[in-house]
Amino acid sequence: MNDVIGLAPWLVGFPLIGAAILLLGGKATDRWGHWLGVLASAASGVVGFILMFRMIGMPAEERSVDHHLWTWLSAGDLDVDLGIRLDPLSLTFVMLVTFVGTLIHVYSVAYMDHDPHRRRFFAYLNLFVAAMLTLVLADSYLLLFVGWEGVGLASYLLIGFWDTGRPAARENAVAAKKAFVMNRVGDMGLIAAMALLFANTGALDFATTLSDDGVGSLSQATATAVGLCLLLAACGKSAQFPLQAWLGDAMAGPTPVSALIHAATMVTAGVYLMVRSGPILEAAPTAQLVVVLVGAVTLLFGAVVGTAKDDIKKALAASTMSQIGYMMLAAGLGPAGYAFAIFHLLTHGFFKAGLFLGAGSVMHAMGDETDMRRYGGLSRFLPITWITMGLGWLAILGIPPFSGFWSKDGIIEAAFIPVDGQPWRAWVFGSVTVLGAAITAFYMTRLFFMTFGGRRPRWKDNRHPHEGSPLMWWPLVFLGVGSAALGAVLGIGGTFTTWLEPVVGHAEHHEPVLPVPVIMTVTILVVVLGALLAFRMYAVNVVPEEAPRGSVLTRAARRDLYQDAANETLVMRPALGLARVVEAGDREVVDRGWAALPQTVSWFGSVFRRAQSGYVRSYAAGMAGGVLVIAVVAWLVGGLGGAQ
Amino acid sequence: MDITNYVVLAAALFAIGATTVLLRRNAIVVFMGVELMLNATNLAFVTFARMHGDVTGQVLAFFVMVVAAAEVVVGLAIIVTIFRTRRSASVDDVNLLRG
Repeated sequence: MNDVIGLAPWLVGFPLIGAAILLLGGKATDRWGHWLGVLASAASGVVGFILMFRMIGMPAEERSVDHHLWTWLSAGDLDVDLGIRLDPLSLTFVMLVTFVGTLIHVYSVAYMDHDPHRRRFFAYLNLFVAAMLTLVLADSYLLLFVGWEGVGLASYLLIGFWDTGRPAARENAVAAKKAFVMNRVGDMGLIAAMALLFANTGALDFATTLSDDGVGSLSQATATAVGLCLLLAACGKSAQFPLQAWLGDAMAGPTPVSALIHAATMVTAGVYLMVRSGPILEAAPTAQLVVVLVGAVTLLFGAVVGTAKDDIKKALAASTMSQIGYMMLAAGLGPAGYAFAIFHLLTHGFFKAGLFLGAGSVMHAMGDETDMRRYGGLSRFLPITWITMGLGWLAILGIPPFSGFWSKDGIIEAAFIPVDGQPWRAWVFGSVTVLGAAITAFYMTRLFFMTFGGRRPRWKDNRHPHEGSPLMWWPLVFLGVGSAALGAVLGIGGTFTTWLEPVVGHAEHHEPVLPVPVIMTVTILVVVLGALLAFRMYAVNVVPEEAPRGSVLTRAARRDLYQDAANETLVMRPALGLARVVEAGDREVVDRGWAALPQTVSWFGSVFRRAQSGYVRSYAAGMAGGVLVIAVVAWLVGGLGGAQ
Repeated sequence: MDITNYVVLAAALFAIGATTVLLRRNAIVVFMGVELMLNATNLAFVTFARMHGDVTGQVLAFFVMVVAAAEVVVGLAIIVTIFRTRRSASVDDVNLLRG
């Protein structure tokens, strides 16, 4: 390992240099800039590949390497080192980010072909890859935070990429701002968690804080507080309840961005943070329970919202939220769940990126139309997109042997394992995951058949949908193959679980409250039922071109279960009111108080100014009068003093 | 002769000079008032020197004369300059310092 560890910084270096060249090079790089972006991402992927193969060749207990780069800052007793941690967890992310990232770079070359700012787009994409790799490779919370903010910045820049010259430019800019502000709320949690950790352990690097000694020095209450603060951070970044509202609006960005950042990688950073901080969470069962609760709520929330959305990208965004809810739930289950959280994260990264790129391909063919009620019957016109999205659809449904089955089924089984002799938890959370799987099947089938199914196309004008260039459909093919096979390749025989064991620890085998075959059968049964229901409603029956009014629940789901209204009423308006009161107080009390001081001085000045008449004679009279007064006083005092 | 007469004369001259300075508008006349005050002071100095049999007062009178001579030079130059620019020697016309 030591001979190739020097390559590790280049994982971040290549895309960072790429971004710097593209941003600083300006128009001079317009012609070849996009290929430089692809190359930078691919180079990073090659380095990741080399490192991973070398790590596979090492014995399991040596598979965690902290590569110290330099001392970031040194002040008294405090030394902040900057280093890279290479272990199975970070390398899994490196492979996901660089592989999916490179495919999406390639796809973007064609997708953004007609955009005058394509170079800037690739600069931001490279910046994102660099930041995301910093996040996952960091060996301390502090460096992780740098990457955390970096991906937030890249996300902001890319959501608002079309903030000029388009009819929706203003909404795009607002969506970017919304994502940024909501992420700040989560970031405060991360800062608070770091402060707590530093105050209690005196360090921020994983090697110290996550060791037995480091975690042992935290009291139960502190560990819970740290765990909850980290959860807040994860909720912001991963669009989990109650900070989920930004993800739907984030779909304003170009579709490759939605695929890379808001489906496959950045939004899963919260799950990474949870799994990485596993030892702290295990010391705080309350925090763990909250993590599971948040995951369960979000998984149902996203799934319900997904059933009502007619915008293909927003439906996929709701699905992403829901799937990350699964991962979050698993991350709160302890060692039994970590591996499956990351496994689902990996397979989800493939099939959801594939679905998003497929959606992009459909939009490309339909002139940027996103309303699924205007699609229909597209399977004849877009066969490659149809098949690859079909693979993604089967994967997310969890139909064996497609990849989602291996990871999602693992999570469902883990959820059914009782914790600390509390069977109610197993029953509640297990049922939630099964119910979520059923709703997932419904909305994904709805999405799939509204787009590709139906005999009669529903688009109006003379469109001739056709596949994009090979640059667009080759990434789809790769991701489709990944969606189909990745789960089986890594899942059979627990290959992936074993690979992650050095990081997440070995999970003791516990029996779920129901026998595993029963769980599996029930899950597949409800999934098939959900899919059949959606098939009947959206493929057999004719889809109305105008959305019907729908039930109360449908209308609520269409409006994201009133999350924006809730945020506005509970947070935005009170905060705005407070700001108004403070502002008025500042204006009326503080400002007026201070303004009174110069006003008084000015008043005195205006009185005394009258003495300055400008007439020499009046000054002379003043002097003479003054002398006279002094003389009289001197005479009186002298006379009374009895000098004579 | 009684020394009081000299002091009274000096006081009277000083009062006339001061009144001139305060009441007249013409700069030349005002200037003459100033000269009158200086000379009244000189008379008082000399008188008291004589009274005390001490030359200090006489020496001071010389100093005053020297300063008065210098002052006349500067003062007249200022008055001439003002007259040239404003076509007037009235001190009330020079009121740029009004607050």
